Amino acid sequence: MAKIEKKLPFWQREGFTPFILLLPAILVLVLVVLLPLLFSLYTSFTGYRLIRPDSLYNFVGFRNYERIFTDWDFWVAFGRTVLFLTIALNLEFLFGLGIALLINRITWGQRTLRTIMMFPMMFSPILVGYQFKFIFNDNIGVLNNALQSLGLSDGAIPWLVDKHLAMGSIIVAEVWMSTSIFAILLLAGLFAMPRDPLEAAKVDGCNPWQVFRHITLPFLMPFAFIAMTIRSLDVARAYDIVDVMTGGGPAGRTELLWTMIARVGYDNSRMGQANAMAYVSILLSIAFTYYFFRKLIAARRYMGGAN
Amino acid sequence: MDTALKKRIGKAVTWVMTFLLMLIICLPGLWVVLTGFRPNREVLAKPAIWIPEELTLNNFAQIFGFGAEQVAIPVPAYFTNSLIIALTSTVIAILIGMSGGYAFARFRFRFKDGIFLGLMLSRTVPGIALSLPVFMIWSRLGLIDTKPGLIIVYVALNIPFTIWLIDGFFRQIPKEMSEAAQVDGCTRWQAFWKIEFPLARSGIASAAIFAFLTSWNEYALASQLTRSTDSKTLPVGLMDFTAQFTIDWAGMSAMAVIIIVPALILTFIVQKHLISGLTFGGVKG
Repeated sequence: MAKIEKKLPFWQREGFTPFILLLPAILVLVLVVLLPLLFSLYTSFTGYRLIRPDSLYNFVGFRNYERIFTDWDFWVAFGRTVLFLTIALNLEFLFGLGIALLINRITWGQRTLRTIMMFPMMFSPILVGYQFKFIFNDNIGVLNNALQSLGLSDGAIPWLVDKHLAMGSIIVAEVWMSTSIFAILLLAGLFAMPRDPLEAAKVDGCNPWQVFRHITLPFLMPFAFIAMTIRSLDVARAYDIVDVMTGGGPAGRTELLWTMIARVGYDNSRMGQANAMAYVSILLSIAFTYYFFRKLIAARRYMGGAN
Repeated sequence: MDTALKKRIGKAVTWVMTFLLMLIICLPGLWVVLTGFRPNREVLAKPAIWIPEELTLNNFAQIFGFGAEQVAIPVPAYFTNSLIIALTSTVIAILIGMSGGYAFARFRFRFKDGIFLGLMLSRTVPGIALSLPVFMIWSRLGLIDTKPGLIIVYVALNIPFTIWLIDGFFRQIPKEMSEAAQVDGCTRWQAFWKIEFPLARSGIASAAIFAFLTSWNEYALASQLTRSTDSKTLPVGLMDFTAQFTIDWAGMSAMAVIIIVPALILTFIVQKHLISGLTFGGVKG
């Protein structure tokens, strides 16, 4: 057997098979993600403008980065993005936990409820944005109409135009869309939970809060971090929602990093600068993913072993 | 208070909360669907008309170009584009994902963790950030506003998650089954198609549905890489409505219904497998 193995050309050897199997995946990702990103890294050091193709060779060093790092508007958008993600992810976790605990108590119709819960997850972000744009519309939106019909408000509350309310409205849309990922994974965690420690704790005289705090919650945390990791892979989905609902307005009050990239790159056609910003946004996404992935591993270890 | 009463109150609270929750989840979508069947003047009416006085299929007829009044937005073309682009990219992504997922599930090799991490990291790149260089390169290659241009991007977008899911489904199948088949004279290739593939089929189908929906719903990249009826997809087309002078809410809602319906049906089919796939791949890693 070993003799035959030796005569085979290298690509037919056993050790080489996984690389052949992975080759198409790696090839596509190199072509569509890695090479473009290297190109955009280069571009971020040039003064490239879409309307002047020759400016691609206009090397400007770190000037784009200097410009965005000294730009107050950029830092405001950056801070707003981080704040937005922090608020949204925390709310999604809390609501998701509440929903999972609630559904776990129900014995009848649980499957149907779980299926319904998945629907927002499968909605196109653009649809979620449209749906809430429609709900929050100051003139004909359902929310204002309901408030007026119930006599709670006479005027039209400008949900998406007011500088304070607009961001809140966007967070509502974001939380509505993504809470179900947490709810579903936490519910799966509750299903997988062993009964014995719970019984033992009850016998030892723990009250329900103590049981929840010291047994249920630590067991659920890996599931929460899976959800967080999946979510942080896809945080930039919020771009679609903001683009539909406010387009970054009013007066830049809902401008997130991602809408800013689109505006600078395509509307102002300053590709070099936009690419520099894009790199900051990529690093931000990687930082979020890495953070939650580490938490996931730590939570698993806390549980003892890989199970 | 005796415990029986306490329990009953607890149960009632649970049901009320669940009911409210379902209301919050379902109402926004249902309201959009209902609006799709109402005439626009009723939607715009002040004070609001809560109980529809008139339900009509006019909005749908109009956006598909059957009605007396024509809408300037070529929804049928967008629908076809969306379908072709999502289906093609899904088939390619699943073939590539099956081969990659099998490699991760069945082989030990150098750089395994590194390659897996690399795949996942490629997914973290925000669509809008990726769109900039892809836009620049695609416009040089003449791929802007073509279906293949968008299809290849969606394949790349779907590969990491497809591999993750399919890896999990293959790992649930005991290795011994394929080994037994090989002892009995099957090649590894035959063993895969006769033993492992049929067992993982439903899991792979759900990975496919998930990939399809990702492509069907994508907006950030499509909005920059498409220009005309040659390649514009439904989510991009939906934004056409906002460019008009007055927003046609009823027409827009009708279009939203067209985007929602496939998503709802496919979610319904896929839900069970998706949950097991996500938790398996993540927890037992």
